[in-house]
Amino acid sequence: MARPVRFNILQKSTQDWGINQVDMPEGHTGEGFFATSLDKVVGLARKNSLWPLPFATSCCGIEFMATMGSHYDLARFGAERVGFSPRQCDLLMVMGTIAKKMGPVVKQVYLQMAEPRWVMAVGACASSGGIFDTYSVLQGIDQVVPVDVYVPGCPPRPEAILDGFMKIQDLVHNESLRRRNGPKYKALLESYGIQ
Amino acid sequence: MPLGNDVVKTKLLEQFGEVLTEWEEQYGMISFTAPRELNLKVLNFLYDSSELSFKFLTDLTGVHYPDRKGEELCVVYHLHNLVENARIRFKVYAPVETPDIYTASGLFSGANWMERETYDFYGINFVGHPNLKRVLNVDEMDYFPMRKEFPLEDQTRVDKDDEMFGR
Repeated sequence: MARPVRFNILQKSTQDWGINQVDMPEGHTGEGFFATSLDKVVGLARKNSLWPLPFATSCCGIEFMATMGSHYDLARFGAERVGFSPRQCDLLMVMGTIAKKMGPVVKQVYLQMAEPRWVMAVGACASSGGIFDTYSVLQGIDQVVPVDVYVPGCPPRPEAILDGFMKIQDLVHNESLRRRNGPKYKALLESYGIQ
Repeated sequence: MPLGNDVVKTKLLEQFGEVLTEWEEQYGMISFTAPRELNLKVLNFLYDSSELSFKFLTDLTGVHYPDRKGEELCVVYHLHNLVENARIRFKVYAPVETPDIYTASGLFSGANWMERETYDFYGINFVGHPNLKRVLNVDEMDYFPMRKEFPLEDQTRVDKDDEMFGR
């Protein structure tokens, strides 16, 4: 198959085609080599290939479907592959009301995910129980699992979900490789009764 | 010839007499109260009587009346005669300290889960029920949420304090 015409007529960098590329991390460049810290490379790789696990229970899930669709297109952020197996995923996106009976399920899914893992609470219900100030609804999923980013809104617009996703990317990008072995993180998990 | 409310009432009064009380008719639907020991007898009579033949249990639910001393908890049966398309509502009351009422699950299989739900939310103890445990709420719950015993907001929470909401 012939190459697209632009490859033949435009001898320009990809930047000029309107394709975003990730900036090079800080480091030392020389002839034939580039040196940087492992932290930065790993952060860069993880950040741009997050596999989200959607845990959608209600209307925020519908907004997420729009976010995954071609108009908003979460795939632009390297999250093309939405996994439905917790074992393969990095990011748990909890979208919608979590009833108290569903709480243990959320925790089970979280436990099944491999480190490093991140959690995003999308919408008022997942963040705080929202309007469901009642006996049957969990008042925020942070009662059962630690949450990294909260997205406000009822439901949040796809832009807000994307913004939350970019916040997660920032966290992933800047996370120290030692964090998950540190005593502070262990204490955090301990406070949720997770070993 | 449709089954009229007056026919139903006469039949019931013939069988049980004055123990059936609080007769009323709202929107064309007849309603009465029976002593709680008689609930199965009344249900069986309504079911077996060839003329009445209320053979379908539309609904079984509970109500909490905190102001009715000695009979705070109420169980309401909605019955339907599918042939005549006639409906009837029938209530029994029990005190909140001993909320024991005989189970209707022997007569209507559909009452099984309805009674579990009523137990779940009102704590009514259906004597003789084969599997009386919570059906909707979490098993660890140690209270009956639909009883009018609670303030509207969960008082134990710390995240939504008055200061943050300007109350």
